[in-house]
Amino acid sequence: MTDISQSGPVLAADGTPLKRSLARALRLQKMRALLLIAPLLLFILLTFILPVADMLYRSVDNRIVQDVLPRTVQALEDWDPASNQLPEEAAFAALAADLKEAANAKTHTKVAKRLNYENPGMASVFRKSGRKIKKWDVENDGPYRERLIDLNKGWGDVELWKTIKTYSGIRTSGYFLNAVDMQLGADGAEMRPENERIYNTMLIRTMRMSLIITFSCILLGYPVAWLLANLPASKANLLLILVLLPFWTSLLVRTSAWKILLQQQGVINDTLVWIGLVDDANRLVLINNELGTIIAMTHILLPFMILPMYSVMQTINPTYMRAAKSMGATDWTAFWRVYFPQSVPGIGAGSILVFILAVGYYITPALVGGTKGTFISNLIAYHISTSGNWGLGAALGAILLAVVLLLYWVYDKIVGIDNVKLG
Amino acid sequence: MKLSKLSALAVTTALCAPSAFAEEMANELTLVSWGGAYENSQHKAYVEPYLAANPDVKITWSQSAAEAVAKIRAMNEAGNVTWDLVDVVASDSMRLCDEGLAEELDHDGILAAAPDGTSATDDFGDLIVSDCFVPQIVYSTTFGYRTDLIDQPDTVCAIFDTEKYPGKRSLQKRPIDNMEWALYCDGVAKDDIYDVLGTDEGVAQALAKLDTIKDDVVWWTAGAETPQLLADGEVVMGSTFNGRLFSAIAEQGQPIGMLWDMQSFDLDGWIIPAGLPADRRARVLDFLKFATDTQRLADQAKYISYGPARASSAPLVGKHADLGIDMAPHMPTDPANASNVHVYDYEWWADNRDDLDAKFQAWLAK
Repeated sequence: MTDISQSGPVLAADGTPLKRSLARALRLQKMRALLLIAPLLLFILLTFILPVADMLYRSVDNRIVQDVLPRTVQALEDWDPASNQLPEEAAFAALAADLKEAANAKTHTKVAKRLNYENPGMASVFRKSGRKIKKWDVENDGPYRERLIDLNKGWGDVELWKTIKTYSGIRTSGYFLNAVDMQLGADGAEMRPENERIYNTMLIRTMRMSLIITFSCILLGYPVAWLLANLPASKANLLLILVLLPFWTSLLVRTSAWKILLQQQGVINDTLVWIGLVDDANRLVLINNELGTIIAMTHILLPFMILPMYSVMQTINPTYMRAAKSMGATDWTAFWRVYFPQSVPGIGAGSILVFILAVGYYITPALVGGTKGTFISNLIAYHISTSGNWGLGAALGAILLAVVLLLYWVYDKIVGIDNVKLG
Repeated sequence: MKLSKLSALAVTTALCAPSAFAEEMANELTLVSWGGAYENSQHKAYVEPYLAANPDVKITWSQSAAEAVAKIRAMNEAGNVTWDLVDVVASDSMRLCDEGLAEELDHDGILAAAPDGTSATDDFGDLIVSDCFVPQIVYSTTFGYRTDLIDQPDTVCAIFDTEKYPGKRSLQKRPIDNMEWALYCDGVAKDDIYDVLGTDEGVAQALAKLDTIKDDVVWWTAGAETPQLLADGEVVMGSTFNGRLFSAIAEQGQPIGMLWDMQSFDLDGWIIPAGLPADRRARVLDFLKFATDTQRLADQAKYISYGPARASSAPLVGKHADLGIDMAPHMPTDPANASNVHVYDYEWWADNRDDLDAKFQAWLAK
């Protein structure tokens, strides 16, 4: 800054355009700033953006079919699936050649796994044939159609060939369709059968429960933040430690503690039965349902709500409230018309933090949510670490990311992102 | 990813260079298992004696077996496999083997023969369910019940009888076993279960049967949950791995009884991740031969009530190391316990898991 203020007038007197020299100085400053943040930028790029991009690409990646079955894909180009006839002998010959090569390289099971997502049962046709085809001299041993069907009668099923043809592109919409409970049918995308629809339900449930959790956090957190900001420093510090203490405790410990408190033979139910409020035979069901998730997650995310509210409330000048009251406002009017609007940026910041954290939570819902209180992130975790369907997991993750960004945009339109402060 | 693969290759070559001439063995070994009492039994029976004989070797445990398939796949893609020997269940070993992520093994070439000279292949018999798999133990998923809260049930169908056995029950949060038990208790003959389950009507029938107890079920994902829920009195009966129930009953003295009817057998064993450097692979093979011989497998049964996978180990199973009780009657394979068992069809589930999972999860969420 000092550079500019010194050189600016001199240059102007010189007749050199002030604008240019100013721009040069600013450019240098920008370069320096960029260099300073370069390590962080690089770090984020390598450890966050690239892996996320790689993961998201998996939601449409379908190269495996062409990589493993190149000849078959080519041979099926001219085949019309609508004819409901098995493809020509050439397609069977191509498949036999592809399959033998794949079986030796052990890649046939990978393509089998991919196609099995779309047509259950295909995996075993590939696996069983792969085992037998190794002994078969496929170069000059026809007729391929009979021999393949003899190897495994699955190859005589037109549906199987249709699946190969439908999913032969290098990119697929299959995972995304599955992630919104749809599938590619004969006439394009269609809804899955009723008893297989789950992801839309889960997405809506995740959003609804995250909103409930966010509002519970506002309701519980606002008075605490107000107390923190208005008590004398010594008492406020003690209270702040009480807010932060659970923050420093392991997430698993806190969640397990809720389990002990909430279960039917747990502390809360035992106490209620002992007082006589609840009958021993009808203990309250507080866990393994939505309620359990809402209670435990509200508690776990509460500090993320209180801290931004507290730091915003600290900056609110108490004289405004006094001024309002001196002009005849009641306590409530003074609070609602003067204090509350000034604390809104803190509520906004806290709500965004809590909501976005809640949408992606999966450990707590998995432990206390039972079946009705789990989130879509539990299904993503399931597909990534248990079922191995990374493509579907990636598609669900991409949808979740898009929904969060959309909500962020809506929030910006309604409340305004400038209206968010962390202190 | 290309880059990391190349650099891994460079490191591998550098590591292999000295061992190209002599069979040099790495001195570090990373074993992956399930933690808890089970890993402890492996440590006591295999690792401690091995370390006593090979004091230079350093063995590290990792408790990631539950995510083994996903992690090995990720390691393989990154070209950096950090695990040497991984304990997985039978179905996972088939998946890893199918995908080329586990090494195919010549069982007779690398494993010890039985003391009487029976080859390893014959000694393990049918339990070698895939070419990559070296079986260790037979365990079962079966039911425990609170002896003080309900009458003694004598059939697995007690889980569907909420009138005679009121209270909550805990079941594993997956379709495997539960669907089969549901069909069995809905009158389907044991041999027809998988034929029925292969049809849409069969799936609907199984889910309808599970529907009758849906409000009474607590779903678990970790094996330790059912013993805890039983101990707390949260559930009156529940399925879990038989070894967990054994510890709750025999070691902790909880008022829990075993219901062995229609127990579902499964296997646990080792796989070697594909693509290990030569020196690490040599160490793994040396350890594997030792850890899966007849005596070691029999020793493991001193610490946990899982049946040894070798036929030749069975007669050597003795008493519990601390409690001094006979272990044979607590094995899932003991004739008294195995009068009516459910043989879980790995192959069938490998093909149909994705499909049934979708239906099961959708049913759960309703």
